[in-house]
Amino acid sequence: MREQILAIIEKNSRIDLRELAIILGVDETTILNEMENMEKEGVICGYHTLIDWEKTDVEKVNALIEVRVTPQRGNGFDSVAERIYKYPEVHAVYLISGGYDLLVTLEGKSLKEVSRFVSEKLSILDPVISTATHFILKKYKDHGTILGKKETDERMQITP
Amino acid sequence: MRNPLSSTITQIKPSGIRKFFDIVSEMNDPDVISLGVGEPDFETPWHIRDEGIYSLEKGRTFYTSNAGLVELREEISKYLKRRYDLSYDARTEMLVTVGGSEAIDIALRAMVDPGDEVLIPQPSYVSYEPCAVLAGAKPVIIELKHENQFRLTAQELEDAITDKTKILILPFPNNPTGAIMERKDLEAIAEVIIKHDLFVLSDEIYSELCYTDHHVSIANIPGMWERTVLINGFSKSHAMTGWRLGYACAPEHIIEQMYKIHQFCIMCAPTTSQYAAIDAMRNGDEDVQKMRESYNQRRRFLVHAFQEMGLECFEPFGAFYIFPCIKEFGMTSDEFAMKFLEAEKVAVVPGTAFGDSGEGFLRISYAYSLEKLKVAVERLNRFVTKLRENK
Repeated sequence: MREQILAIIEKNSRIDLRELAIILGVDETTILNEMENMEKEGVICGYHTLIDWEKTDVEKVNALIEVRVTPQRGNGFDSVAERIYKYPEVHAVYLISGGYDLLVTLEGKSLKEVSRFVSEKLSILDPVISTATHFILKKYKDHGTILGKKETDERMQITP
Repeated sequence: MRNPLSSTITQIKPSGIRKFFDIVSEMNDPDVISLGVGEPDFETPWHIRDEGIYSLEKGRTFYTSNAGLVELREEISKYLKRRYDLSYDARTEMLVTVGGSEAIDIALRAMVDPGDEVLIPQPSYVSYEPCAVLAGAKPVIIELKHENQFRLTAQELEDAITDKTKILILPFPNNPTGAIMERKDLEAIAEVIIKHDLFVLSDEIYSELCYTDHHVSIANIPGMWERTVLINGFSKSHAMTGWRLGYACAPEHIIEQMYKIHQFCIMCAPTTSQYAAIDAMRNGDEDVQKMRESYNQRRRFLVHAFQEMGLECFEPFGAFYIFPCIKEFGMTSDEFAMKFLEAEKVAVVPGTAFGDSGEGFLRISYAYSLEKLKVAVERLNRFVTKLRENK
């Protein structure tokens, strides 16, 4: 049941409880309990909205930053990651296998703002060895959703 | 000039669905929601399409062997074993066809002589009756009943049998009713089939869209394998309607004769589709499971909505159709469908398009997104409420 709920709300967090109960063939209380438990257990971490900011007047710049760091005695990469994720402009921090250690995604108002964050906040941290910043030019697909393309029904309208 | 046409073909009526299709097409109104489509709304899963593209890149643009690629037949054989516990030899008991449609046609042509009677339970898919006529047989209709949830009962079967009866067409899970036959239902009719020495043409194209525990094939009932031509395909299970790929499985002496018709009339099923289908069989189970779950959610939504509306409707456990009864409004299915289309711009198919016993019912397809279904249900609710008020 949990997986089924998650599969649906991952795509549509606005679906109402009653409808969820109907399409999964259970009663509302079951859904409500499961959702509350999953929130408590931290399985469900939030209900966000996927926005194509390109279509608004808001200027935003997104960047991916590769960060190489020196792991710390006792807790490896965790304390460095924590140091970085506390900045509100940081969107995501992942520990990565391969050529570098942390992938940091960042959102700023302008190129300048992002650059300043990297040079003034990120690079100067002691464990940080180097950074490489990549600006995102265009988002084609995000969170499994193709942006900007409207779905059309190619089928004939009536078929046996 | 002489009449260029055969009397057999001229006496066959064109499909009743055609008329409705023309009306909806002519409206050409973007606000029209059609719930009249008999094919999945999902695109073919990408990894399957990718294999098709890859086969073209590789230059695999030639005929395959008549019966289909051996590799594909072996995969189908494994799939039938894994999913339905059916055993068919890939080399001698199987034929890859141009959709399930071709399989229906050639099976009938290979099995009947003029005057043989073919039993066709209705409401059901539109091609059985004309195919039987074209094969020279006499179609005999069994009218399935709402009170039996449109399942075929042993009694109904027994009543339709004469000494000319040779074949029973068994279309379950059913288009347009959504009815299924469970093991106990199949066991009951199998007894009658064996007693009267009949054969079964079992069209199981919707076998993957079964919302009870599991689809059961009649070929799985003791004593029935040797009497059954099993028809299935990729259209509904893997959302591959446009690829035109199906298959027939039967004892060797039947396949041998079907093979001849296929060889002379078709040559082989589309090569690109066959390569893509190998991947569908090998790596497609999870896609099928996901699509089934999605259809099931929509099915529950519609069943619930119809209950709330007070529209009489049995719970369908198969395919992607729901078949509500509209007899309370004192209109024929055709009238209801037309008025509903005019008033609320929702297209549904009158039950009569699938046989006279579909009178008083509508076929509503749920091969549509929940969002679309919600809008359509609102419109239906409004329409039904008005009709009841004006009574």
